[in-house]
Amino acid sequence: MSNLLVLPVLIPLATAVILIFFKEKIRLQRGISTASGLLNLFISVFLVQRVHSDGIQTLQMGGWAPPYGIVFVGDMFAVLLVMMASLVSFAILLYSFSSIGAERERFYYYSFFHFLLVGVYGSFLTGDIFNLFVFFEVMLISSYALISLGGTRLQLRETSKYLLINIVSSTLFVAAVAYLYAAVGTLNMAHLSLRIAEAGQNGVLNVIAILFLIVFSLKAGLFLFFWLPGSYSAPPSAVRALFGALLTKVGLYAIIRTFTLLFVNDPGFTGDWIAWMAAATMILGGIGAVAYKDIPRILNYNVIISVGFVAFGLAAGTADSLNGAVFYLLHDMLAKALMFILGGMIITAAGTDRLAGMGGMIRRYPLLGWMFFILALALVGIPPLSGFAGKLLIIRGALDAGMLMLSLIALGSSFLVLYSLIKVFRLAFWGDDPEIVVPKARAGMKGTSAVAAVLLLLVIMMGLKSEAVYTYVSQAGEVLATPALYIESVMKE
Amino acid sequence: MELLMAVAVGILFTIGIYLILSKSLLRIVLGTSLLTHGVHLLLLTMAGLKRGAAPVLGGTADTYVDPLPQALILTSIVISFGVTAFFFVLAYRSYQTLGTDEIDSIKEEKE
Repeated sequence: MSNLLVLPVLIPLATAVILIFFKEKIRLQRGISTASGLLNLFISVFLVQRVHSDGIQTLQMGGWAPPYGIVFVGDMFAVLLVMMASLVSFAILLYSFSSIGAERERFYYYSFFHFLLVGVYGSFLTGDIFNLFVFFEVMLISSYALISLGGTRLQLRETSKYLLINIVSSTLFVAAVAYLYAAVGTLNMAHLSLRIAEAGQNGVLNVIAILFLIVFSLKAGLFLFFWLPGSYSAPPSAVRALFGALLTKVGLYAIIRTFTLLFVNDPGFTGDWIAWMAAATMILGGIGAVAYKDIPRILNYNVIISVGFVAFGLAAGTADSLNGAVFYLLHDMLAKALMFILGGMIITAAGTDRLAGMGGMIRRYPLLGWMFFILALALVGIPPLSGFAGKLLIIRGALDAGMLMLSLIALGSSFLVLYSLIKVFRLAFWGDDPEIVVPKARAGMKGTSAVAAVLLLLVIMMGLKSEAVYTYVSQAGEVLATPALYIESVMKE
Repeated sequence: MELLMAVAVGILFTIGIYLILSKSLLRIVLGTSLLTHGVHLLLLTMAGLKRGAAPVLGGTADTYVDPLPQALILTSIVISFGVTAFFFVLAYRSYQTLGTDEIDSIKEEKE
């Protein structure tokens, strides 16, 4: 039954391959995609329960014991992220039905969608650093296809930049793997952790650690986020939701995994780097979020701020702040997916993405308006909602570690998040109707509202039931704080 | 031998990055492919270039070269091949639609 661990990767892979054969049958494509999404959701929930009761699950591919074969490791952190990813991807799938358009659907949209999920789930579950690279590439190549699918002028322009950045960072990833292999001679993460500890992390291993930090920061948008606001503005809002909710989070997962499992022996050195990069990310992201007046850019800069926030939790490195980082990451996947879906609905309803052309929408779309308002409060971290517990834990852990300055920056960035989202709310929903003629919103708004409402309900429940979520989150944080648990379960023989 | 290879890899990286920083999209694609060449040679070099037989069982050699990096390079080659093919087609399509190959003039155009 330990084969269960590979199913989150196998099911979307099989789905994507099957979907290739039904190019013209859009209804069938939707049906298969929905079934596969639901199945994955059930399996991932089951996996979380399994890991909760039985501890870390491992699966040796082909029966080769680590470090010789590839191993899949489902610790609490990984399976929680898989569960949240399958939840938000299912919601985004349903949102795609009404928003993506038949032309894109006919050209393998759902295949690319599922291939992207293969890459995301695989990156979360793998226990091998080169296999992580391969799953990153699976994810990235699907994202190239999704970002350019449709071929508008804006998309073509932004895809070449996105592609170039990711080719360079993937090249650096291979170089970093090469250096690491030369330094310690293994690729399995648990085994790497042991070898790095034996070698005593200094000099060359610290350099390799920073190289990995640069690589994953390029993927996650941690300080090296210059490519993100432009690239994420190009695709349709369903794809944007998928990217904003999942892609940067995979980079963050890789950073957290690398610096809690592999390079843990010189925390002063690597921690400082991450802390300052996180601070710069929060400040620059905050400046970007308040500077712009079009919805895609404001939302994109909000993605960047939260990346900085999670990295700050990692940099503080106390048990509390690691728990907080896990909690906040889960909340953020959910809330960012909802944020982009609502943002997409606002753009559809208003017929423009510029705030200057909007106004008075609360009269026509009261439900949409108040959902966006509650979500804005959740993203800032107002107590009964889901963003609060994570932020509280991160700040408390950071204060224990004596990082007063950075905590103030983190709290300050929350105000900028609040300001930027309320600016969207105020300009889009209050005031008078714009003078230009607003096109009638297309059909399908009702179905999308239902999806958004369910997600919003989850955001609220996650806040109200923080205590219940925390029992799972603390189990994930425990493994992050004590890498020995991870290593023992992988290298048991 | 490793030193020589390191210098060669360094030269490939230098030229690759120089090309990536240029204006024409085609030069940028060529730069990325030089960069991947460099990194594959780096992978080969970092595993050590000790003398030994090719890693095929059945011979009578006492030592073999390390088979792992060769598998990694093979994987990485096909991945970068796929990505480069996509990049070339994207550049072609951009040239058709946007009517220019210059990165600067692509940027200036406003939607």
